[in-house]
Amino acid sequence: MTVTSIRKDPEALTMTITAELGATIERAWQLWADPRQLERWWGPPTYPATVVDHDLAPGGKVTYFMTGPEGDQHHGWWEVLAVDPPKRLELKDGFADDSGTPNDAMPVTITVVTLAERDGGGTVMAIESRFPSLAAMEQLVSMGMEEGMAAAMGQIDAILAEGATTL
Amino acid sequence: MLIYNRMVVDTLADEQADRVFHALADATRRDILVRTLAGQHSVSALARHYPMSFAAVQKHVAVLEGAGLVIKQRKGREQLVRGKVDTMQKATRLLEQLEAIWTDRIDRMGDMLAGERNGGTTP
Repeated sequence: MTVTSIRKDPEALTMTITAELGATIERAWQLWADPRQLERWWGPPTYPATVVDHDLAPGGKVTYFMTGPEGDQHHGWWEVLAVDPPKRLELKDGFADDSGTPNDAMPVTITVVTLAERDGGGTVMAIESRFPSLAAMEQLVSMGMEEGMAAAMGQIDAILAEGATTL
Repeated sequence: MLIYNRMVVDTLADEQADRVFHALADATRRDILVRTLAGQHSVSALARHYPMSFAAVQKHVAVLEGAGLVIKQRKGREQLVRGKVDTMQKATRLLEQLEAIWTDRIDRMGDMLAGERNGGTTP
């Protein structure tokens, strides 16, 4: 498996990653269509995913949770927007509360997966992730900055506060 | 996604955090950052505030620029420096995190498929 291209477009709030898979298109589709296979790659090894509902039909829901090293659970959901096996899957991906109920206060991303047979064998998979708005994106960024960057940003805040009194 | 962001932050943003901390470890650079967040200044105007050479101030600005804290813009014969905490920077950072998340996922897919080709027992 090789990632062949990555495109990031900050203005369009979009990231597209393309990879070549050493498998037929039908086999590659099962990575998404079979919940047991999906849970083997969706979450990192330290946060394995457990898929609860899995209905890959238009309007269908996929719900899952990931279990962290401390036994902490983090719930998420997909809403299937469009599906055309084994070639295309379009979904919304969002957060849920501990009971699995979608959390509307949290931003969603739109993900479009396309699979195509590759000349000479194998499958080309493209995944496009798009944020609905910059505000949603900023919300995610601020959440993501909790660790590492948070300390640095806290330091910047402190400096700014300091500057405000000395300038 | 929150979790992935955290994990990615551990690795990806560590380097960025190192650069930020290094940039902020110096009093002159902190002062330059505060001034340029409040408004745009040329390097020569900044240099007048400090008992050091223009070249030394320019070096400090370069460190801040490397940490992504300020941007430089040429205007005529002047280099204008402006503090940078803009949305494009945030957008780029988030897309980098997404990239790392999906690269890891695709690696795991590849491992699954490779296991099958090698006669593994995966479904």
